[in-house]
Formats: sequence, C-alpha cells, structure tokens
Amino acid sequence: MALDVLDITRLQFAVVTIYHYLFVPLSITLAAVTAGLHTAWHRTGRERYRRLTLLVGKLLLVTFAVGVVTGLVQEFQFGLGWSDFARAYGDVFGPTLAIEGMLAFFLEATFLGLWYFGWDRLPRRLHLATIWVVAVGTLISAFVILAANAFMQNPVAYTWDAERGRARLDSFLGLMTNPVNLAAFPHTIAGAAMLGGALLLAVGAWRRWVHVPTASGLGEPGEPEDGDDHEQRLAFGTLARVGAWLTLSGGALTALTGDVLGKVMTQVQPMKMAAAEALYTTTAGAPFSIFAIGRPGGGEPFFSLDVPYLLSVLAVGDPTAIVQGIDDLQAQYAAQFGPGDYAPVVWMAYWSFRAMIGIGMAAAAIAAAYLWATRRGRQLPVGNRWVRRALRLLPVLPLLPAAAGTFGWVFTETARQPWLAFGLTRTEDGISPGLTAGEALAALAAFTVVYGVIAVVWTRLVLHITRQDLDTGALSGGERDDADGHGGDGHGGDEPAADGEGAPGGRRQGDLAPSY
Amino acid sequence: MDLVTVWFALVVLCWVLFFVLEGFDFGVGALAPLLGRDDHERSAAVRTIGPFWDGNEVWLVAAVGVTFAAFPDWYAALMSGLFLPFVLVLLLLAGRGVALEFRGKHAGAAWRRRCDAWLAATSLGVVALFGALLTVLARGLALGADGEVTSAGGLGAGFARTLAPLASWEALAGAVVAVSAALLLGATFIGLRTTGPLRVRARRTAVVVAGVGAGALTVVALVTALVGSGPAVLETGAAAVLAVVALLVARRREAAAFAGTAVVVAAGVIAALTAQIADGVVLASTLDPAWSLTLASASATDSALRLISWAGVLVLPGVVAYQAFSYWVLRQRVASERVAT
Repeated sequence: MALDVLDITRLQFAVVTIYHYLFVPLSITLAAVTAGLHTAWHRTGRERYRRLTLLVGKLLLVTFAVGVVTGLVQEFQFGLGWSDFARAYGDVFGPTLAIEGMLAFFLEATFLGLWYFGWDRLPRRLHLATIWVVAVGTLISAFVILAANAFMQNPVAYTWDAERGRARLDSFLGLMTNPVNLAAFPHTIAGAAMLGGALLLAVGAWRRWVHVPTASGLGEPGEPEDGDDHEQRLAFGTLARVGAWLTLSGGALTALTGDVLGKVMTQVQPMKMAAAEALYTTTAGAPFSIFAIGRPGGGEPFFSLDVPYLLSVLAVGDPTAIVQGIDDLQAQYAAQFGPGDYAPVVWMAYWSFRAMIGIGMAAAAIAAAYLWATRRGRQLPVGNRWVRRALRLLPVLPLLPAAAGTFGWVFTETARQPWLAFGLTRTEDGISPGLTAGEALAALAAFTVVYGVIAVVWTRLVLHITRQDLDTGALSGGERDDADGHGGDGHGGDEPAADGEGAPGGRRQGDLAPSY
Repeated sequence: MDLVTVWFALVVLCWVLFFVLEGFDFGVGALAPLLGRDDHERSAAVRTIGPFWDGNEVWLVAAVGVTFAAFPDWYAALMSGLFLPFVLVLLLLAGRGVALEFRGKHAGAAWRRRCDAWLAATSLGVVALFGALLTVLARGLALGADGEVTSAGGLGAGFARTLAPLASWEALAGAVVAVSAALLLGATFIGLRTTGPLRVRARRTAVVVAGVGAGALTVVALVTALVGSGPAVLETGAAAVLAVVALLVARRREAAAFAGTAVVVAAGVIAALTAQIADGVVLASTLDPAWSLTLASASATDSALRLISWAGVLVLPGVVAYQAFSYWVLRQRVASERVAT
C-alpha cells in the first residue's frame, strides 16, 4: 500500500480538525453577534433587533450543534491515533482539555439551552446575560485550546522527564501565556470575525437586494410589497452592514495580529517562516515574494515578483535585518538534533501562506466595497447588470474567509513538520503504536462520509432558515405549546412563536422554541 | 487517601454522571418515535430533553478530559485499544446531536420525521455500544508491555485488533442491559416531564421495562448462585430496586421511579469501572497481569493532579449549581395534549 499508517492517520486528523474548524469560528462570531443584537433590542426595544436576534440565534444553534459533535471527536483523537503523544504529553494536554471542558463547554452548552428555551421563564436581564455567557464561553474555550496548540509550536512551561520519557507541566499560567498563544489567539478570533461576518453579509445582502420579501412571498426587488416587507428588507440591510463591518474590521485585525504572530514565529520556528517565503539562502535585507513561478523547489525562480526589504521588515521589523534561509537552518538543526530532514514541504508552506493572505484580504475588500456602496443608506444600483451579477455570487462569499482560515491552519501545522511538538517529538513518534493502516483508512472513510452528509444537511438548513420571513412576533400568550401542532401545514408551523417581549417593558407569554 | 485515589473516584463520578444524564437523553431519543403517535407528540417528547442534552453530553467531555488529565496512560490505552468502537461511538453521537438540534429548525414535517428516525437509531446504537464497552473495561484489554493493544498481520487482523473485544457474550449482554436501562430512564423521564397521552404511554412502557428487567435479573442472580460463582449481590439488589421502580411508576410516582433507575444505572457503571480496583488495577491486561495499568502506573504527575484539583474545586461546584439551575428554570412539564385550534 502506497500510503502508510502514519500518512493516513495524519490525513484523518487533518480532515476532522479542518472540518471542525469551519464551524467553530462561525459559532464564536454568531454567539457574539446574537448577544450584541439581543442587547441592542434590550436597550432600544426596536422590533428589528428582536427579529434579527432570533434569526442569528437560530443560525448559531444549528452551527453550534455541528461544532459540538465534531469537537467531541477532537478530545478522543489524541488517544485514538496518537496514543504515544498522549502518554508523553498527558501532563500538558490532559489538564488543558479537562479545564477547557469544565470551564468553557459546560458554560456554553448549559447557557445556550437556557437562552433558547428561557425566553418567558427568566427575568429579562438574566436572560440577556445567558447569551453573553455563551459568547464569553466560546472565547475561553478558544484561548485554552489554542494554548495547547501553541505548546506544539513552541513548547514552554515544562520539564522533560528523561527517565519516563514524558513532559512534566511546570506552570499552567506559563502554558497559557505562551507568546505564540498570545499572538495566535487574537489572530484566530479576528479570522473568526471575518468568517461569521461574511456569512451574515451574504445572508443580509441576499435578502436585502436579491431575494427580497414581497407581498406574494419571496421575489425580485421592485415587486409590490406591504409595510412589513419593507421593514424586513431594512432589517436584512442592517444585518448585511453588521456582517460587512465584522469582515472588514476582522480583516484589518488579522493583518495586524498576523504581523505580530509572524515575528514571534520567526523567533521560535525560523524554519516555518523561511519555508513560507521559500527563502533558501540566509539574506540580509530580504525581499518579500508576492508570487513566483519556478520556485519553490530550490534554485533560481523562473519569474518572481518581489518587494525589496519587506521580508526583513515583516520578520524582524528592520529592513536590513538578516533572515535565516532553509539551507542554513537545515544544517543548524542537523547539528543540533542529529541527521535528518528538518525542512517542511516548501511549496505547500509557500502557497498556503499566500492563499491565506490573498483570499482573506479579498473578502475584506469585498466587505469594504459593500460598506462604501451602501454608505448612509444609499441604494445599490440593482438595475445595473454587473451589480446583479456580483450579487448572484454572494453565496460564495463566506467560503473566502473559510478558505483563508483553512489555508492558515494548513500552513501552521504542515510547516511545523517534521515535529509534532517542536524540537521535542517527531510526528512519527507520536502515533499509536498498535494502529493499523486498515483501521486508520476505515476511520478516514467513515468520518469523511458522515461529515460530508452533515455538511450538506447543515447547508440545506441554513438556506432554509435564511429564506424564511423574519417572524412577525404576532403570536401572543397561550399559543406557545400548540404552535407546533400545525407544523405540517406548510406555513409557519415551525416559525418561532417567540416574542419574549414584543414591546419593551411589557411581558408576554411566548417561547422561542415551540418546535421541540 | 492520596490524590491519585481521589481522582480515580472523580473519574468514576464523571462517567456515572454522563451515563445517568445522557442515559435518559438516549432513552428519550429512542422512545420519541415509539411513544409519540404524531408530529406534535413526538415534538413534545424530544422537547423534554431539548434544553438539557447538550449540557449533559459535556459530562462525556469532562469524563474523557479528566481521565486523560489524571491517568494519561489509561486514556491512551483505551482510545487506541478500542479505536474502531470509539470511532463508531463518535459518529453515532454526531448523528444524534445533529438530528436533535436540526429537527426543530425546519418547517417540514417530513424533515422532522427523518430526524426522529435518525435520533432513535443513533441513540440506540450508541447506548448498545457503550454497554458493550463497559463490559470490556471490566474485563480488560489485550495490553502489551507498552500498554498498547497490537496485532500482527494484514488488513483483517488490523480490524480484529479493536473489534474482537466486542465479539463476546458479555459484550452482547452489556449492550442489552444498557439499552434496557436507557429505555427505562427515558420512559421515567418523559413521564416526569410531560402531561397528557405521552405521560400515560411513558408510564406503561416504564412498568413493562422495569418489570421485565427485574424478572430477568432475578433469573440471572439465581443462576449465578446455583452455578456457585458466589452470591450475586449486585443483580439481586438491582432486581429489587427495579421491582420497586415498577410499582412507583404504576402509582404515578415518576420522580422516585426515575431516581431509583438512576441509582441502578450508577451502580452498574461503578461496578464496571471498579471491577479490578481492589488490586489497584484500572485496566487489566488479559495477556499478562504484570502489564495491567494500575493507579500508580497510569497516573499523571503530582503537579498535573494538583492543577486539575484546583480547577475542579474552583469550577465544578459552579457547573453543578448552574446545571441544576437550568433544570429548575425549565422544570415546567411539556404538554402533549392537542389543543383545539
């Protein structure tokens, strides 16, 4: 068999982790936006915010569910495929995962249930607080788990116990404040804002300009509409601008934090950053390669577009600074760790790094263009053929930050190779010794199929939810529990009968989730 | 008592909480399409666990997390040695969680019917697997000197490595017992959390399951005693409690019946996880007793244990408190009666 158990297990881990990390950043952003919209409604009492809260909250619930079930897999993965890693780093990863669960997951899961089902059961302020607890929980969980990843990038706060062949954790605080984590956490959260923002921008702009509510259901702009249709269009317009601002500011923040992370990474893993630039020779005043043909792979590029001195600035912060090249680092590591190949796959590092930046910045640029075109309540010229064509591409928009984030993680993880924990344990030494290629292949196939089905169903459901009318909030007391009694009749049986409080101050009976 | 022993007890406690709390979620999931005669009733049945299942499932995260943190070698041996069964558990749990959370977010009744079918199938599957796995834990795995289950040979042998432990009569019995226990937990929980026809049917189901369970356990206890492998204390006790549970349900004392069932489930899980703890063994090697994982050999370092102790002391009481609060806030029964419209 061409693929050996190590390759298959790495691929299987990559598949489940990349997939999981498509839904996590969405949940992080959707939780924060739901909390923000709920707060806006709480403060202003404006109906528009309540309806948007319900819409984004629904998107949050279905996304969160996928994040939960795929996140559970992550916790088992360290033992399933990488039991020798789990033995060697149990002291570091065990407490980290346990504390993440105790501190963050319980908060998120319990309070999301309380928020969704607690509309008429909790005092208003307490109910508002529950969704904020969820939002904070997602951030805690991201911080703690990124600290575990940062340890693999840059092992800190441990003592190596040579006798037992394992790491002993010295300081949990030290583990959490790993410089890589302090730089990677804001970078990751900013990336999450871009992905969640792009989804909301796509949904909002689609329903504001393309598939708009009209008197006869959904239709094209310009068809007759009643008063509520107009209000709905404006609400979706608000959603689109919220999403666009998140994408744009997230983009700006990923650039800033990415610069910091790059400098930290140049210090702790110079090989990774040299691979990102395909820089083979140590250079003073190194140029930054925009793109190159013929490189990477060594030798002179066939064609290369460079910005002079920029790499030295990005890596060290000084245009004349020396940036170490792959060849020198290889020689240095061979002397330090013994003979072996210490360079990652350079073309993968080079191109994933460029794809991450290019695609991410494209998403931010689209958000900026949208904000500019709709500034101060301006109408998009939907009569224009090109504008209409551009709007038709909206569903693709969330895929851009998703791809950028994925390329970022592919870069981070593959350009760390051959190390599992940098400088300590090689990837081939972490795998479960008993694991066979057949088992690993079966797991890879099973996860791929099941995750694929879940992705299709999730997409269908998100499309369905975003096509619904924003609920009118017309249901009042007493209709709560029978709201799903007419669920099958095609109109609104499953609409949120929710109203919580329709008017500020006044409390009505109602429930967000009669559908259960 | 040293920290290692304390953490072994806490690991067992987390697993007990998971099996009891998720046990009724699995039971409700399996029973919803059976007890609910139409869309409305099925929705009401699923709604009894709607706000809670996710928080309950986090006890699995906690259980696996503290097992990893306190006993890394136990965690590593279990996951790697039961690779394929655990992959299957994870896939079934994924299907179940998604079915539960997706079912109510779509307007179509056909959508909900499909979700309910998935929910029932995955709930039953995951409970059966967990039941089988518990018996495997009690007996031990074919651990080598390095704490791993290894196999020589090609593709077929590779599959047999981690599936073989499940191919036994004990594992089958464990699966049957676990499914029955989950059904009983689910039925008493639905009885406790609903009003209307659903409650009536849930009660009837509970009486039958508890009665049959008590009878079967009595037979097992008698056979064990007659064959002479010692007095079957656990079986006898469980049979007695289940008989009481059947009586309580029949008298509409669902809360007490649910509590009684939970006690039986907890006792079963504790018995499985502590089967060989008298010798200090957390996971026995069926090849050579010298290769068994013990409290001492599988545990993390003192510093890691102290760290999670602090975290546990500071965080877990709060978790228990707010989870209890969520049950209390959402304590109102779900109506399954049809309201004239």
